Amino acid sequence: MLIHPEEILETIHMIKAENFDIRTVTMGINLRDCCHSDIDVLNKNIYNKITGYAKELVRTTEEVQNLYGIPITNKRIAVTPIAIVAESCDTEDYVSIAKTLDRAAEDVGIDFIGGFSALVHKGITPGDLKLINSIPQALASTKKVCSSINVATTKAGINMDAVAMMGHIVKKTAEATKDADGIGCAKLVIFANAPEDNPFMAGAFHGIGEPDCVINVGVSGPGVVNSTVRELKDPDLGEISEAIKKTAFKITRMGEMVGREVSRRLNVDFGVLDLSLAPTPEIGDSVAAILEAMGLEACGTHGTTAALALLNDAVKKGGSMASSYVGGLSGAFIPVSEDAGMIRAVELGALSLDKLEAMTSVCSVGLDMIAIPGDTSAATISAIIADEMAIGMINKKTTAVRLIPAPGKKVGDSVEYGGLLGRAPVMKVSEFSSEKFIARGGRIPAPIQALTN
Amino acid sequence: MTSTRFIITVIGIDKIGIVASITKVMADFNVNIVDISQTIMEDLFTMIMLAGVKSENFDLAAFQKAMVGKGEELGVEVRVQHEDAFRFMHRI
Repeated sequence: MLIHPEEILETIHMIKAENFDIRTVTMGINLRDCCHSDIDVLNKNIYNKITGYAKELVRTTEEVQNLYGIPITNKRIAVTPIAIVAESCDTEDYVSIAKTLDRAAEDVGIDFIGGFSALVHKGITPGDLKLINSIPQALASTKKVCSSINVATTKAGINMDAVAMMGHIVKKTAEATKDADGIGCAKLVIFANAPEDNPFMAGAFHGIGEPDCVINVGVSGPGVVNSTVRELKDPDLGEISEAIKKTAFKITRMGEMVGREVSRRLNVDFGVLDLSLAPTPEIGDSVAAILEAMGLEACGTHGTTAALALLNDAVKKGGSMASSYVGGLSGAFIPVSEDAGMIRAVELGALSLDKLEAMTSVCSVGLDMIAIPGDTSAATISAIIADEMAIGMINKKTTAVRLIPAPGKKVGDSVEYGGLLGRAPVMKVSEFSSEKFIARGGRIPAPIQALTN
Repeated sequence: MTSTRFIITVIGIDKIGIVASITKVMADFNVNIVDISQTIMEDLFTMIMLAGVKSENFDLAAFQKAMVGKGEELGVEVRVQHEDAFRFMHRI
């Protein structure tokens, strides 16, 4: 037999016992050709374009899932940032476009659609402003639409006017969805250096350098990496890194195979493979558990940043060898609510918001799915965003903020979303004011790229 | 797709007639056994087959359904996966 039985059983064990999955097949669709001054025509164009390209997406993805026997958890769509598509439209708000996206998503049977987005790292156009102001209502009146705003890049600096604005928008979004514990905020990401081909939500959008249609695949597998690390007998850290690399290679290969087969069947370009360790609330399918397997008593204690740096780097090294085109975020995610180990660490008092911020300087993405008290001020939220954007800007990496100021909740409470979004314990924020700093506005200039000390 | 070969795995508590029942379903669907290995791992009966399909009209979904259904009858887990799923992961 060409493949050894042990190898076959290893693969099956990954799927059966370690929650290995292809997390998402995300179809990127360009909507620039949908522009029209009449909002009704624009909406019709958008609906037709999306349903035209994506009508076979779910069925094809399911066929490929059955062919290989590997679960493909989500089917998603990312579109051109709507602020660009709608800019020439003669309308005051873009909520109807969000509803169109939601309806198209529902009709083709996908899980999420991303791209209710704007790129405002240098400045805000009238279209961007309309989009940003539409976010609370758009996210409250749709189920599947995800929104993202890029407010900083390493090349442009941080747009602090946009940061200040987003503090209010996050608050309003929580308020508009207060009957569901502010779930709208789980669909809203604020970025620095947003990637244009990321297949993961809520931050996916179809970048302006992309083709008309593309397939990007996101692979996950914290459970597999966790088991790999735990099976090692008294390893040193170099051996841990080596084992993670090999595992990352294996799971990325599966994603590559699935992505190529889906794109071949749909006759659409294959874009990138994004290997990101995206935890789920399942026991063991946890990034925190991997860090603890390396020898930390609880995630968040001293040493956590170093352990995460090792993990993130090993994942990237293994993944980049396994696929011809690695892109998106590719690293380890540390969302709190979606990771049983992170939730436990917060409840133990081992993991704080400050430590999470430090951790984001060495891993993929940022302050993700963190519930904070509902009465946190907009300025404090903006200041948290600003800190995170600064980490991304200076370190030339993607960072993001997805905070939920849970309406009516305080530290010690928790919010329950269920499914992949999980449960978030409300975390403490600083009680000291950042009001004056945020009110100053303007831009934080792009950083110097030399004298790197 | 580079081949139409499938890896079929059968894992569960050993009992009389597993091989006979499973291979009967395969024969019904004109699925040929290219290679077969069988072992007991951690007290579980584990059978791995490399199976080939020649027919153009082979209905994979129906075959998978029949195999999984037979597995449920026998109290074992049956998986039918394209060979590439394992080739891609374990061979460069």
